[in-house]
Amino acid sequence: MQYLLLIYDAEQELKKMSPADMQKMHDDYMRFTKEIIQSGHHRAGNALQAVSTATTVRTRNGKTTTTDGPFAETREQLGGFYLVEAANLDEALKIAARIPSARTGSIEVRPIMVFDQPA
Amino acid sequence: MQRANLIEAVYRTERARVLATTIRVTHGDFDLAEEIVQETFAAAVTHWPVEGTPQEPLAWLISVARNKAIDAIRRNIKLRELLTLSHDDTATSDAEMHAVPDDRLRLIFTCCHPALAREAQIALTLHTLGGLTTEEIARAFLVQPATMGQRLVRAKNKIRTAGIPYAVPEASDLLARTEAVMEVIYLVFNEGYAATTGDAWVRRDLSSEAIRLGRILVDLTRSPNAQGLLALMLLQDSRRDARSDEHGDVILLQDQDRSTWDRQQIEEALALVPIALRGNPSGYALQAAIAALHASAPTADQTDWPQIVALYAELLRREPSAVVALNHAVAVAMCRGPAEGLDLLAPLEQELANYHLWHAARADLLRRLDRKQEAAAAYEDALRWVGSEPERRFLRKRLQELQLGTGYSNARGLAP
Repeated sequence: MQYLLLIYDAEQELKKMSPADMQKMHDDYMRFTKEIIQSGHHRAGNALQAVSTATTVRTRNGKTTTTDGPFAETREQLGGFYLVEAANLDEALKIAARIPSARTGSIEVRPIMVFDQPA
Repeated sequence: MQRANLIEAVYRTERARVLATTIRVTHGDFDLAEEIVQETFAAAVTHWPVEGTPQEPLAWLISVARNKAIDAIRRNIKLRELLTLSHDDTATSDAEMHAVPDDRLRLIFTCCHPALAREAQIALTLHTLGGLTTEEIARAFLVQPATMGQRLVRAKNKIRTAGIPYAVPEASDLLARTEAVMEVIYLVFNEGYAATTGDAWVRRDLSSEAIRLGRILVDLTRSPNAQGLLALMLLQDSRRDARSDEHGDVILLQDQDRSTWDRQQIEEALALVPIALRGNPSGYALQAAIAALHASAPTADQTDWPQIVALYAELLRREPSAVVALNHAVAVAMCRGPAEGLDLLAPLEQELANYHLWHAARADLLRRLDRKQEAAAAYEDALRWVGSEPERRFLRKRLQELQLGTGYSNARGLAP
């Protein structure tokens, strides 16, 4: 199965990090990403720019409105993701727990929906 | 035994085993497996009276259910790849039978998977392992059957969609996951045991169900922690008939008629306690050991309070909490006098200010020290926070006795 691991963390807290801590986090992410590539779990993954750069788009009755900012204001913000291949939820949860931000923020684990192939 | 009764008895004892194996064969499809198990027992009702009861009813049931499951899967085009599964038309193979205990373990760990909400874990465990209907579980937890039905559907849906494995957790997770299973079982037990609300009869049934689940867990894991939990439930439940009088009023442990305690259950538990206490005993084991000391005392006066104090101190060290500290303080008071107990209660005030048993324990110790006005005030505080009607009546009676200055046994207060 495939799972999307959504990485949530408080941007305000991250901004207060010392350069040394920031460097460590960066190194941790590099190491973790390398590990899950080597173990064959990694399918995709990226970090996102801050929510201040987000734009939300809605189309209603054929009319598109565009608003500045994220869909919802929350304490923790979506900051990145991994798409992983795992045998089951237990394996996906174990991978999620190793993401460096699991120690400061939280990781939402969502199974990828599989659509039936046309016969 | 009448054959219909026999099938009913087999249904009661073996349904969970048959279901557990069927869920494995259907690759975790709970709904399909439940349907097949119903069909299988219906087949037993038809065949057994005609062909005679099979020598090994469980083997017969598992074999029929398994074949039905494989047929159902074969009919399902989406699961084409499973066609390679061998179809065993003869009796269930030895290997299949040996896999049975594992299947129930798989089932219990899946129902109590941490990715499911606690409420869902409880409902699913009672439904699949306990065989309770949606209506029965709804009645026991005082929710609408429709709500309970949705809860079960959501849980089964999440198991399937999120890929919760139908498996016994790997060794590194086993301890924590077993802990979660025990929490669910003990919660079910307390729902029945506390029985402060709702239909008392149905809720008492929950305690028996929890004990049954506790036995299954012990059978399957032989874990000392599970034995501690089973012993604790057996000991608490052994006093079920002695805990209240015919009006539903509280009877304190020390005033209970010890001849009404269920001796058979106590004996069973007393044999488990030493095993549970071996090595690194769990909180359940320590609580069971405390309950065992109460159960073994021929009269209340002969209770081994120093030993109980030591066990509470150990429990407090392992699982520090204000409620355990309160129990420890009460035991100390029984052992070394009310003044020492009061000293231990004082620092718990902030945390337990809303907990009626903290006030009730304090009231009782003050009363025994003859500090009547303070005791009366403490009973008033206890009455402010008490939730259950029998406990309220008990506290009110105590307060009245105090105000009237009437005779008092050397009774201790409402034991937490």
